[in-house]
Amino acid sequence: MTAAGRDAQGTSASLVATFDGKGVGLIATGAWIAERAAELEKIVDDAAGRYQTARSIDIDLARLDRLDTFGAWLIERLNRAFTARGASTRINGLSEDDRGLMDEVRLVNRTAGKDTAAANGIIVALDSIGRAVAEIGASLVLLAHLLGALTMVVLGTIAHPARLRLTSLVHHLEKVGWRAVPIVALSTFLIGAIIAQQGIFHFRTFGAEVYVVDMVGILVLREVGVLIVCVMVAGRSGSAYTAELGSMKMREEIDALRTMGFDPVEVLVLPRIVALVIAVPLLTFIGAMAALYGAELVCWLYGGMTPDIFLARLREAISVPTFAVGMIKAPFMALVIGLVACVEGFEVDGSAASLGLKTTSSVVKSIFLVIVLDGFFAMFFAAIGM
Amino acid sequence: MTSNTAVISVRDLSVGFGDATVLDRASLDVFEGEILGFVGGSGAGKSVLMRTIIGLLPKRNGNIEVFGTDLGAVTSDERRAIERRWGVLFQQGALFSSLTALQNVQFPIREYLSLSPRLIEEIALAKLEMVGLDAGVRGKYPSELSGGMVKRVALARALALDPDIVFLDEPTSGLDPIGAAEFDALIRTLQRTLGLSVFMVTHDLDSLHTVCDRIAVLSEGRIIATGPIETMLASEHPWLKSYFRGKRGRLIHH
Repeated sequence: MTAAGRDAQGTSASLVATFDGKGVGLIATGAWIAERAAELEKIVDDAAGRYQTARSIDIDLARLDRLDTFGAWLIERLNRAFTARGASTRINGLSEDDRGLMDEVRLVNRTAGKDTAAANGIIVALDSIGRAVAEIGASLVLLAHLLGALTMVVLGTIAHPARLRLTSLVHHLEKVGWRAVPIVALSTFLIGAIIAQQGIFHFRTFGAEVYVVDMVGILVLREVGVLIVCVMVAGRSGSAYTAELGSMKMREEIDALRTMGFDPVEVLVLPRIVALVIAVPLLTFIGAMAALYGAELVCWLYGGMTPDIFLARLREAISVPTFAVGMIKAPFMALVIGLVACVEGFEVDGSAASLGLKTTSSVVKSIFLVIVLDGFFAMFFAAIGM
Repeated sequence: MTSNTAVISVRDLSVGFGDATVLDRASLDVFEGEILGFVGGSGAGKSVLMRTIIGLLPKRNGNIEVFGTDLGAVTSDERRAIERRWGVLFQQGALFSSLTALQNVQFPIREYLSLSPRLIEEIALAKLEMVGLDAGVRGKYPSELSGGMVKRVALARALALDPDIVFLDEPTSGLDPIGAAEFDALIRTLQRTLGLSVFMVTHDLDSLHTVCDRIAVLSEGRIIATGPIETMLASEHPWLKSYFRGKRGRLIHH
C-alpha cells in the first residue's frame, strides 16, 4: 500500500463466497476502506445473515489491496457474528502490515455501551421541570448566602472604615456611573418624549392634553425612570460584573485571593455593589430629569404647550413623595442587580461556554427580579398611602 | 516502514506577517511512514510552518506539495480530497465544546461518509478504545475531561477517517511525564498499526529521543538541520548543541 500513489476512491471491494458442504469460505478482495464502508457494511451483514447454518467459516484476506480501520472493523464484525452463533471462524492470509490493525480491532467494542434508549417523553418533561424548580430554589439560596456574606462585610467595614477599598470603589463608580450617564440620559430622554407624544396624540381626542403633564410626571418619577435605568444598568454593568468575576473564577484568580487570606466578597463584591448602590440613584435622578426634559420639548414642539405652562402644571401634578418613591426604590434595585451579577459570576465553571451562559442568565434574572421587586414596592407604597 | 516517498514536501517556503518574516525559504520533507519531530525555539515559527502546510495561514512564496500535489494549484474539490487524508491534533485539543467525546469523533465520519448510525458509532468507539480510552468517556463533554483525556479524544478525532498523515502540535505539552511517555508510546503504536506518516511539532526531548525517526530543526526562519537524533547530538552547531546537549538534554540522555 503506497499512500502517496493511492487513489482516493480506491478499487472496488467485495466478498466472494464458496460453499463446500462442510464450511463456508469467504474471500475479501479489493480495498476495504472508509470510502467503501457503506457498501461493505451491507455485504458483511448480508453474508452474516445468509450463512446462518455454517459451522466453520474461513475468511481469506490474502487478496485485499488495502485495509483500514473501517474495513478491519467490518471483518471483525463478521467474525463476531459467526462466533456468536457458535461457528468456528478462521482468518487467513493477513499481511504483516495489517496484522497489527486486526489485532487492535479484535479488542475494541467488547463492552456493551450504556443503554441509550430514549426515556418516556412525559418523564423527560417532568424531569426538566423538576430540575428547573430546584435550580430556582438553589439560586435563591445562593443569593441569600451572598447577601448574608455581604452584610457581614458591610458591618465589618463600618467598624473599620479603612478596610473599604476606595480605589476599587472609585474605579467601579466611574465605570458603572459616570460612563453610563450619556446612554442613560439619551434613552430616558427618548422614553419621556415618546410617552408625551403618545399622550398628546390620544388625550387630544378628549381635549385633555394638559393632563399629559400629570401622566408623564407621575409615570416617569415613580416607575419608568427607575425601571429604564435598571434595565440599562443590568445590561451594561451587571453583565460586565458577571463576565469579570466569571473569568477571574475560570483563571483561578479568586482561589488565589482566598489562599492569600483575602475574602473575595470584601475585595471584589463589596466595591462593585457599593458602586452600584451609589450610582443607580444618581442615574435614576439624571434619567428622570432627562425624561421630563424630553416630555417638555415634545409638549412644546408637538403639543404647542409652552415650557412655562408645562412647569406650572408639573408643579401641581407632582409632589415630593412622587419623586421620593422612585428614588427610594433605586438603591434596592441596584443591590438586586449587583447580587445577581456577582452570584452568577461565581457560578461560572471551567468552560468559556458557561461564562457566556452565566452572563446571559445574569442579565435575564436581574431584570426579572427588578420587575418583581418593583411590584412589591407598588403594593408597599399603596399600603402606606404614598 | 519508512520509505523514500515524500508525502509532504515543502520548498523555499516564505511566510510573514506585515513587516516581519517568520519563515524565510524553508525547505522540508516528510517521508511516508516516518515520525518527523519538528523543533525550534519558542516563537521560531514551528506552528506557523505547520499551519501554513494545512492551509490555515497564507504563504508568501514557495511550494507545498502533499501526496505529490501542489497545494498552490488545486481546485477546492482536490483540496478537500487531500484534507480528508490528513488529521490534525491541535495543541489544546480543539474539541468541539458542545459535543460529547463520542460525538466529536463521530463528527468527521458523519460529515465525510454516509454510513449507518450503527457503523458510525462502532467505528467512533473503536477509535476511542484505540487511543486508550474506555467507554465511560463517550458521553462526557470536553469540559468534564482531564487534559490527557482531551488530547486522546482529539487524537481519536484526528484519526477518525484513517488519515495517511497526522499533524501533532505539541502533543505532550501539559501532560505529566508518565502521561507524556504513554502518549508517545501510543503515537508509535498507532503509527505502526495504521501506517501513518506523522509530523510532530514538539519541545519534548523525551519524545525526540524515543519516538521520532527523524528530527528537523527550525531556526531563524530556515531548516538548519534534519536527521536522526544521533546526528543532532553529534552536531557542532551552537543552537543544536545547547538544545540537545544543554543541561536538560544531558539529564535525559544519561
